[in-house]
Amino acid sequence: MPGKLKVKIVAGRHLPVMDRASDLTDAFVEVKFGNTTFKTDVYLKSLNPQWNSEWFKFEVDDEDLQDEPLQITVLDHDTYSANDAIGKVYIDIDPLLYSEAATVISGWFPIYDTIHGIRGEINVVVKVDLFNDLNRFRQSSCGVKFFCTTSIPKCYRAVIIHGFVEELVVNEDPEYQWIDRIRTPRASNEARQRLISLMSGELQRKIGLKVLEMRGNAVVGYLQCFDLEGESGLVVRAIGTACTLDKLSSPAAFLPACNSPSKEMKEIPFNEDPNPNTHSSGPSTPLKNQTYSFSPSKSYSRQSSSSDTDLSLTPKTGMGSGSAGKEGGPFKALLRQQTQSALEQREFPFFTLTAFPPGFLVHVGGVVSARSVKLLDRIHNPDEPETRDAWWAEIRQEIKSHAKALGCHAVVGYSESTSICEEVCILSASGTAAVLNPRFLQDGTVEGCLEQRLEENLPTRCGFCHIPYDELNMPFPAHLTYCYNCRKQKVPDVLFTTIDLPTDATVIGKGCLIQARLCRLKKKAQAEANATAISNLLPFMEYEVHTQLMNKLKLKGMNALFGLRIQITVGENMLMGLASATGVYLAALPTPGGIQIAGKTPNDGSYEQHISHMQKKINDTIAKNKELYEINPPEISEEIIGSPIPEPRQRSRLLRSQSESSDEVTELDLSHGKKDAFVLEIDDTDAMEDVHSLLTDVPPPSGFYSCNTEIMPGINNWTSEIQMFTSVRVIRLSSLNLTNQALNKNFNDLCENLLKSLYFKLRSMIPCCLCHVNFTVSLPEDELIQVTVTAVAITFDKNQALQTTKTPVEKSLQRASTDNEELLQFPLELCSDSLPSHPFPPAKEHLESASSNSGIPAAQRAMTVEKASPVGDGNFRNRSAPPCANSTVGVVKMTPLSFIPGAKITKYLGIINMFFIRETTSLREEGGVSGFLHAFIAEVFAMVRAHVAALGGNAVVSYIMKQCVFMENPNKNQAQCLINVSGDAVVFVRESDLEVVSSQQPTTNCQSSCTEGEVTT
Amino acid sequence: MTSELDIFVGNTTLIDEDVYRLWLDGYSVTDAVALRVRSGILEQTGATAAVLQSDTMDHYRTFHMLERLLHAPPKLLHQLIFQIPPSRQALLIERYYAFDEAFVREVLGKKLSKGTKKDLDDISTKTGITLKSCRRQMESCSVAQAGVQWRDLSSLQPPPPGFRDYAAIVFFANNRFETGKKKLQYLSFGDFAFCAELMIQNWTLGAVDSQMDDMDMDLDKEFLQDLKELKVLVADKDLLDLHKSLVCTALRGKLGVFSEMEANFKNLSRGLVNVAAKLTHNKDVRDLFVDLVEKFVEPCRSDHWPLSDVRFFLNQYSASVHSLDGFRHQALWDRYMGTLRGCLLRLYHD
Repeated sequence: MPGKLKVKIVAGRHLPVMDRASDLTDAFVEVKFGNTTFKTDVYLKSLNPQWNSEWFKFEVDDEDLQDEPLQITVLDHDTYSANDAIGKVYIDIDPLLYSEAATVISGWFPIYDTIHGIRGEINVVVKVDLFNDLNRFRQSSCGVKFFCTTSIPKCYRAVIIHGFVEELVVNEDPEYQWIDRIRTPRASNEARQRLISLMSGELQRKIGLKVLEMRGNAVVGYLQCFDLEGESGLVVRAIGTACTLDKLSSPAAFLPACNSPSKEMKEIPFNEDPNPNTHSSGPSTPLKNQTYSFSPSKSYSRQSSSSDTDLSLTPKTGMGSGSAGKEGGPFKALLRQQTQSALEQREFPFFTLTAFPPGFLVHVGGVVSARSVKLLDRIHNPDEPETRDAWWAEIRQEIKSHAKALGCHAVVGYSESTSICEEVCILSASGTAAVLNPRFLQDGTVEGCLEQRLEENLPTRCGFCHIPYDELNMPFPAHLTYCYNCRKQKVPDVLFTTIDLPTDATVIGKGCLIQARLCRLKKKAQAEANATAISNLLPFMEYEVHTQLMNKLKLKGMNALFGLRIQITVGENMLMGLASATGVYLAALPTPGGIQIAGKTPNDGSYEQHISHMQKKINDTIAKNKELYEINPPEISEEIIGSPIPEPRQRSRLLRSQSESSDEVTELDLSHGKKDAFVLEIDDTDAMEDVHSLLTDVPPPSGFYSCNTEIMPGINNWTSEIQMFTSVRVIRLSSLNLTNQALNKNFNDLCENLLKSLYFKLRSMIPCCLCHVNFTVSLPEDELIQVTVTAVAITFDKNQALQTTKTPVEKSLQRASTDNEELLQFPLELCSDSLPSHPFPPAKEHLESASSNSGIPAAQRAMTVEKASPVGDGNFRNRSAPPCANSTVGVVKMTPLSFIPGAKITKYLGIINMFFIRETTSLREEGGVSGFLHAFIAEVFAMVRAHVAALGGNAVVSYIMKQCVFMENPNKNQAQCLINVSGDAVVFVRESDLEVVSSQQPTTNCQSSCTEGEVTT
Repeated sequence: MTSELDIFVGNTTLIDEDVYRLWLDGYSVTDAVALRVRSGILEQTGATAAVLQSDTMDHYRTFHMLERLLHAPPKLLHQLIFQIPPSRQALLIERYYAFDEAFVREVLGKKLSKGTKKDLDDISTKTGITLKSCRRQMESCSVAQAGVQWRDLSSLQPPPPGFRDYAAIVFFANNRFETGKKKLQYLSFGDFAFCAELMIQNWTLGAVDSQMDDMDMDLDKEFLQDLKELKVLVADKDLLDLHKSLVCTALRGKLGVFSEMEANFKNLSRGLVNVAAKLTHNKDVRDLFVDLVEKFVEPCRSDHWPLSDVRFFLNQYSASVHSLDGFRHQALWDRYMGTLRGCLLRLYHD
């Protein structure tokens, strides 16, 4: 019995009037945990009752503490009839179970009713006394910390990153139980809310157990989702990355680890080694001139696991690079093999992280994704969720093999999702194939790595772009060139990834949000036939989405995509594809060629004219975009690039139709140059439409930028104003006989208009950037399309921006100063006892990979883009940021990002994972669907804020609205909505408040930066 | 393609001041959009009409949800649903309770309850203020009158400037001062508010005893009763003559309208003192302003007294009483006349 939960009900306020006669309420409270219930006295005739109850004490197992939510029900006492419920508060007490998180939950919670919404507030105090339990076979996992953040949380350092953890639990959905026919909607909603809360708790506990088994103490990048499978049940599943984290305790330690990408950081140099003396140990000579013996698995095949499983096309574009150079040594090969074998021992070498500690990521291969169409059947035994487990295992296996085909042994930025319509379910998984630093694969001891790190300070920050696969056995046709940065390794012409831009990457200009949108009609069908139809459509969807992305990327004059997220949504009669990513120009990758348009009938004069007109428009757009995003890479002549590319130039072509022969492509000389241009052949009106739609995307108004990654590449002087928002739009498609084109246009307009509205709404924040723009599409009904966007607008200082945007490549080549050596020390733990215990002498690859050492945490990546300025310069620039006006206690900030600009996160209080249902039977009276949903979302925000405030926090980071399921029945005047949100509750301190401490920093760091300079040059 | 649902919810509630203004003024969404288009916002921002429409709807919806809270300003400060910076909250409240003088002038002194709401239509037609806006202003007045919650407003820093005006409105409504008569039409709300302030400061219970804040809105009954004592100033012929001669002596040569003053003195004095004596009856209290205008402002105006002369006269008129040996109610006189002098000077214009 390792825990005692204590609850005190203090007071209520703003309660609704429950007694019409007196216009007052006789309120009392029921406090329930598990099967135990306590009641307060009835506080007569007041809308602001003061219960001041005693401490209600629950003696419970820690297993229950993890699973069960504390349930507080406020009721109106009625002498003659049944007591009326006013509303409920569910409190997740999980944050009280870790030692470092919150110690008490105390504050005003909105009293929530699923029919009436928020009805007043209640003041509650909750405490937990935990007793240590050393039972090895315990079922609880108290103390394992959970983070939604997909990078190492700011005030921690990763000692070991263990790897992938996943779990799923299933149950029957109360909404579909027989009892639902006779109970009230309220009872049904509450049963569902409670069940999901319980299942989340159970899931978290089970994942925690897995983490403890791996000897970790935390889960980072924890993503929990629920699938409403309707009749067949309710699935709650979660994935995450198990880690062993160490709290950075001294303020000096976390200072450089700073949460905000403020300029000031850049001159706090990176203290490479706590013991600089070891620098004297000479670098071991990399062995050269030996042939590289390792070749990645060539057996790239599409496996088909079941009839209704469709495997995705592997990324035709994904690219990556590098280690496949000619100058690898046997050591390198050996290391690779060892890395590989070590990783292969794990079932799934996956990581849900999207930003990594420096040095972790060596090469990036490209996006890998897999989809599978399944028919849902009733889950017969909730305790044995084997079917669902098997489905996911299958998909993960496929992802793993895709990664292998790209010469990669790991997948990073990994995520999973589902789309359900009736009994058909599309399971999707995607990630980025990557090679991780073998250095981290050795034994997991910090000491072992320290020595090696010394020699790894080469200023190449292009390493991650280098292809990991064998040049001669490329898994797909790609166009390779020598890296524009180091000129030694091969790089692809474009790079697609699902991760955030590595902190050490050199980017030219700014990035921008790129979306591909696509609709495909499909016939209505039942079960098996439906699944087959969807399976057949999927590859085409993927292909077209990909083509669109590629075209738009070229149109922007950029060469890489980060944070790519492709969502395929299934509806009754259509499939929707929405891909979002942030395009950037990576300095290491070649300048993208333009887009060429080729007509089908070159002899037709007027047609020709039309084509050339289009071509001109496209060229103009590219030029305009280059200017807009400040993409002006330095001119590098062929000689400088060095040895010419050995293989004959390939033209990467997109064939519109198979019958087309490449001979018809007319060569057009483009100003874009020597590079091969992308060719679009216009052979029918479809293609013409596509080209038109390319040109219809309007750039954001001046002063606005948008991206779907954590922060915008190329902007680095954020000021402290942030505005997180959620916007939802639903459109009804009008005509019955829709064509694909009309559908595409509608969908495109919907997204574009939504973005335009956002820009207009937030115009007062200019200059600002919409970060982490997250679109989700759902098809709630036959003719309805719902798009939900959550993002955060962050202001930045325009003047400073101008200063830094035109960063010459030379400067960027300089060693960017970084910070926080702690972050480096996190070996990847592997259960490979076979590995030699002594470190390998670092081979070439180490040098290369060291490039990533110069990286800094995600939040600061922007800084690396520019020159390392002398210490002191710019130290106070950041200070000029206006202090936050609303520093009052009550304000709780919410952001989908892992940091808060201009502030440092000093404490993580625990995960917030909340699920709400709201239903109405008086839709019109509540202002129609818009009024209903608007109020509900505002209430959800309010409840999240209240919980965070009660934990003692002042912000939620990595906030995400994972689900927003909206159903309406206007004829019955009814609507229902389910929302699931999560995030990390934190305490942050404004940088201005820390000024005193931080101003002491540079002195100590100056020295190390000098030392470092010697090493690097 | 039709839009079924279109919402935007920020963690910090966005308040567009211009749209708020339009909403308060009672424009429909369509009218508001048209007005915004006319303001040139589309050109400035490059937005489309559809965007503007969606934005306006969204703001209207937010305001609609906020209205419930605005009816009880302290609730707005403590609620959790909308995260609004304090400065914005103050702005919301201030603007919400701001009123059109034209409207208030119409309802001044009337009961701020359902009865007059029927007349809102007439007021709306007469003043050109939208009915919606009239209704809101009427409700604000009732909220202000219900008043107790109101005093929490003083916790807002700085106190909204409109507060003083509301004091006047509620004061007038409580005492049901007649302001609608034709001969009072020339008076603006500002004139009445000025008088109300003076009266609240000097003639209410709160003025005497600062502990009794709540009583600010009612005239000090005891004081009104005592005013009867002043009647001696005109009833006693000797006293009246003496008073007249004191005033005339002091003002001789200083007044452009001396002869008119001399001729009218007794009438004017009788008028002013009788007004005081009559204040014991509620009905006569209501007619205070009518009486003042009838008994003093109009006679003077018909003789074309310049304002400076009125001031000289009133100063001298009240001061001279101190030299009347037989008169024992000096303090009472000062409390009455001090306020009345201020009011009369304000009321004296065309």
